[in-house]
Amino acid sequence: MQPIISINGLVKTFPVGNGFFCALNDVNLKLGTGEFVGLVGPSGSGKTTLLNIIGSLDTPTEGKAEVLGHSIGELTAKESAALRNKDIGFIFQSYNLLPVYTVYENVEFPLLLQKMSADTRRKAIMEALDWVGLTNKEQSRPSQLSGGECQRVAIARAMVKRPAIVLADEPSANLDAKNSHNILQTMRKLNEELQTTFIFATHDEKVMQYLKRIVYLQDGEVERDETVNQPNRNE
Amino acid sequence: MIKFLWKGIIRDKGRSLLPVIVVSIGVLCVVFLDGLMGGVMNNMVKMTANFQTGHLKVMTRAYNGNEAQKPNDLALLEVDELIKDLHQKYPNIDWNPRISFGGLLDIPDSRGETKAQGPVAGSAYDLLSDDSKEAERLGLQKSLIAGQLIRRSGEIIISSDFADKFNVQPGDTLTFFGSTMYGSMSFMNYAVAGVIRFGVGMLDKGAIILDLSDARQLLDMDNAAGEILGFLPDEHYDREITESIKQDFNAAYADNSDEFAPVMLQLADQNGMRDSLSYMGSVSFIMVLLLVFALSIVLWNTGVLGGIRRYNEFGVRLAIGEEKKHIYHTLLVESLLIGGVGSVIGTAFGLGISYLISIYGIDYGAMMENLSMMIDPVLRAEVTLRMFYIGFIPGVLSMLIGTALSGQAIYKRNTAMLFKELD
Repeated sequence: MQPIISINGLVKTFPVGNGFFCALNDVNLKLGTGEFVGLVGPSGSGKTTLLNIIGSLDTPTEGKAEVLGHSIGELTAKESAALRNKDIGFIFQSYNLLPVYTVYENVEFPLLLQKMSADTRRKAIMEALDWVGLTNKEQSRPSQLSGGECQRVAIARAMVKRPAIVLADEPSANLDAKNSHNILQTMRKLNEELQTTFIFATHDEKVMQYLKRIVYLQDGEVERDETVNQPNRNE
Repeated sequence: MIKFLWKGIIRDKGRSLLPVIVVSIGVLCVVFLDGLMGGVMNNMVKMTANFQTGHLKVMTRAYNGNEAQKPNDLALLEVDELIKDLHQKYPNIDWNPRISFGGLLDIPDSRGETKAQGPVAGSAYDLLSDDSKEAERLGLQKSLIAGQLIRRSGEIIISSDFADKFNVQPGDTLTFFGSTMYGSMSFMNYAVAGVIRFGVGMLDKGAIILDLSDARQLLDMDNAAGEILGFLPDEHYDREITESIKQDFNAAYADNSDEFAPVMLQLADQNGMRDSLSYMGSVSFIMVLLLVFALSIVLWNTGVLGGIRRYNEFGVRLAIGEEKKHIYHTLLVESLLIGGVGSVIGTAFGLGISYLISIYGIDYGAMMENLSMMIDPVLRAEVTLRMFYIGFIPGVLSMLIGTALSGQAIYKRNTAMLFKELD
């Protein structure tokens, strides 16, 4: 499998007082197309920092992080934004939908940035809403939706541009068990149908049940990297 | 994208309502003040033109040099011929000879003995010719508070100031004492036709009005006049047209060194009107500038508050892949839309209020009694074409500047913190 994410000797430090805090230390990782992988570890283990670097929101201090052939440390701000806009989808714990816009418009926003034609946009949006089962809510506002529905809109927004990679930071943390399973099943289904690589930062057991691969992080280092042969849930 | 932003502005009252209100109020002030100042300026120009300067004025050079003294011994002669020439050269201009003079008015008792005397400032206008617009131009009918206008030779109109002071009524006979243009003594009896009050201190103090023919007879000024005033069609002053006529007329006499040769001035050349007109223009400009400054500061703060409120939204947009520069541009586009809406609303209200004040006016005559300014005591705004767009300059500009300043914060946003900030 050709890796779409290749991380070699990655170090990330942050200045703290007179010294430095090492968030990631000599991380080596390769992720391929269609993976459903979780970065698992306790708070402060470096999950989010790694997610930031893969999402070109941050740059390595040392080492190399290549995402879809782009060396993250060498991208300009404009190139980083273009990479995120075209190839990377984001799903947040708190959904972060734009409250004044409808479901349809929230999902439409990434496509507006790509200057897509109205017809093409409409087709893509309706398809994305269909994936998450919200075609009947296209004119609803986020305030009229449940938490699970909001997160499904966030998934549609991340997926509408057909990205190669989706980064999800604790996507089920604000959801009850039933909704958590629903959205994880949705993501798993999209992963399999569209071959999108999903990368989670989580320490939620519910999420871990769905992962095909788990990378355990501890104090900024990869402690274990396990492939789960038979995920517990696959519907 | 603009449609998308517009939806956000319409739906998110927190984003648009306060800025729209601030811009509307600011624009309303600019439009209304512009209308009011335009009205005051127009009023001042009109009053000054009608009573003192005309849009154009022809005098002898000598008279012009001593104009403040109204020296009738230096008056224009052969006025009929001069006016005929003026009509031929400038057919659209209404030319009117006038005479200003001073003297004593004697009020007799029932036996014909002098009861009282008072100094008066007289003005003579062509009031009895059929085609004369002078009575209408001076607003004599609406300023009449007793009696009637001059209808025949031998009648006089006096100011209410004089009438009150000496208890003179319409129908009384008064005697004027003065001197002719050649310096000899002159006196004549006149019947008081009416009592007039303009409401302007300098016009009402000891003023008397005669018909031009009576004044010519009284002052021995046959076919003479102190001044010939010219008025543009529709009584509308135009600085460029009058300047061009003035230069054309004066060029014809450029080689004539006679001090009694006629000279033409336009309104802006007289009574410091050029400075007044420039001053009012500068005041308008400064007013707009100050308002842009004040509104920009308010809208800067509003923008900062909006930025804090929309912190998450900007974070998501950055994460999704929108460039900081693009977010900044969309904020500026939003500010143009909001500034535009606020300007439309402010302009509409400003025009509405100005229109009402142009119709009904504000009477501040009581405050004007002791003023020597040539200005109508009823303040009226003037609705002009300029008012339809002038408010957009401070409205849109201040919103744009306010947003441009507050929006800079987006460049300080650290994308590495987005996941933490958005969770």
